[in-house]
Amino acid sequence: MLGFVVRRLGQTVLVLFGVSIIVFSLIHITPGDAVDVMFAGENVSAEQREQYRRQLGLDQPLVQQYLAYMASAAQGDLGTSIRRGTPVTEIIGTTIPATVELTLAALLVAVVIAVPVAVVSALRQGSVWERGGNLLALFGISMPSFWLGIMLILVFSAGLQWFPASGRVASGTGLQQITGFLLVDAVLQGDWAAAWSGLVHIALPAVTLGTAITATLSRVLRSGLLEVKGQDYVEALRARGLRFTTLLRHMLRNALPASVIVMGVRIGSLLGGAIVVEVVFGWPGLGRLVVDAIQNRDFPLVQGAVLVLAVLFVLVNLFTDILQAWLDPRVTLTGVSR
Amino acid sequence: MRALRRTYAFLGCSALAMAAIAVLAAFVLVGLLAPWLAPHDPNTQDLGARLLPPLSDGHVLGTDALGRDVLSRLIHGSRISLVVGFIAVLLAATIGIVVGLVSGYVGGWVDGLLMRIVDAWMAFPFLLLAIAIVAVLGRGLDNIVIALVVTGWVLYARLVRGETLSLREREFTLSARGLGASPVTIAVKHILPNCLAPILVVATLEIGVVIVMEASLSFLGLGASAAETSWGGMLADGRSYLTRAWWLATLPGLAIFVVVLAVNVLGDALRDALDPRHEKVPQGSVDQLSA
Repeated sequence: MLGFVVRRLGQTVLVLFGVSIIVFSLIHITPGDAVDVMFAGENVSAEQREQYRRQLGLDQPLVQQYLAYMASAAQGDLGTSIRRGTPVTEIIGTTIPATVELTLAALLVAVVIAVPVAVVSALRQGSVWERGGNLLALFGISMPSFWLGIMLILVFSAGLQWFPASGRVASGTGLQQITGFLLVDAVLQGDWAAAWSGLVHIALPAVTLGTAITATLSRVLRSGLLEVKGQDYVEALRARGLRFTTLLRHMLRNALPASVIVMGVRIGSLLGGAIVVEVVFGWPGLGRLVVDAIQNRDFPLVQGAVLVLAVLFVLVNLFTDILQAWLDPRVTLTGVSR
Repeated sequence: MRALRRTYAFLGCSALAMAAIAVLAAFVLVGLLAPWLAPHDPNTQDLGARLLPPLSDGHVLGTDALGRDVLSRLIHGSRISLVVGFIAVLLAATIGIVVGLVSGYVGGWVDGLLMRIVDAWMAFPFLLLAIAIVAVLGRGLDNIVIALVVTGWVLYARLVRGETLSLREREFTLSARGLGASPVTIAVKHILPNCLAPILVVATLEIGVVIVMEASLSFLGLGASAAETSWGGMLADGRSYLTRAWWLATLPGLAIFVVVLAVNVLGDALRDALDPRHEKVPQGSVDQLSA
């Protein structure tokens, strides 16, 4: 187990090195001079451009630039946003809680829907239920999340007016920031109106983002249940006349680990999917920050945000792999595939 | 050949798969024949006929905020999805296959190096990497294809490498080597044909992924230029008129959904047909779909 963790950590360091090179290269694959691209069509004098070049270190040799960027990144300094003039780390720091909150809420939605669907379609194999479950999964996978989001807004915000179409909380709640997680902050301060407003705001984005993984999760959980269903101990338990719910609990406990892994990998994809969903719902998270930064051609901010997202993704994968090894001792390093 | 016939027979039995093939054939035809099928020019504005609802006189699916015919724009928009879907997947598969064959067959430090590169690549959510690439390269159809190829090749590289590793030690490869065949001959003539079935399945499913990614990029304002009609771009435009003109955002999204659904149905059916071991639980590349 320890050997596995050490080797997996070594692998992660290598991957992070590769990630840093890819992110660093981004600013250098721009056709032409990065500063000229950033200020294309804007009234910025040649001296100012030269100053920006020096600020970004673009006048240095490539290797030196990379080392300097990484050295400051390791100290939590990802440069300064060109448009806002504030440190990139600071800007990113304020958006991370919103993205994490949305991701966790989406995961919750996925579990709540996927578990019953998987159980029903695994136990009623060959029935209408199973085919319905399959069809639902297929629909969930094929539905582009930005479209689903817009359709939900159309029906539940514009039409029925049950949920707000964008934002994270109603304005003017006067909530103090403690953790940055809005729902947690609201509960800590006993501000139930703000908590309710937060819940109502997060509902549609969470459903949109959750739908994307519900399909995969229910399929994997279903196949896990099918595998467990035929095993001797389940037959033995059934023969002893255990109640159905007890039986189900035993089966789920054995089928869940594989699904946990899939969910871990899915959190990574959720981070990617969150970009689009955040834009659709005006959710003030990391994904929308990336898109805004790109639209403003704020390269240092783009670079920093991409780096942070990729590192988060790598760490989640690392965590899932270790969790998997802990849950299932048969896992070896070569057997871990994503 | 036998596999081909078996696939054909298998698909023929499944009504769902046949429906999917019909939808995709229609999609390809519409894209190819767009200039002749579209009742209006997709870019002609008619400010006197703005935001007409579907089933209006002369505009079956209504008009948008500039009075452009929605049906004509949908028909022309299919071309971008079609071109991007097929070209990006073809290029990505080619690069991935070459890398996978080299990595799996040569082995050693070459394999180690290539697979570490693949690992680093996979450390990015695909959409994020594509967004970042388009952001620095600039908008445009060619840059979208580049971004999708750059993000997509790793899937095939991993797949082909895995297959190559096991095929490399099989008797027919060993005997070919014994008979003095060059490594390139062995890789191309003996190993590659045996990897084609899984590649075909992944590539089919990837068409759906790539179409959604292109639409996502267009939706985020990073797509083809404004002069080129794309489904994602139409959706983004339609968002501003959600309360006044529901059809503007609904119809292009529906088009994307139907095509991607057909691709996924076909991909699942191909997998069932080509891989008898496989139980009906799509994994792997399907996992990427919703990203």
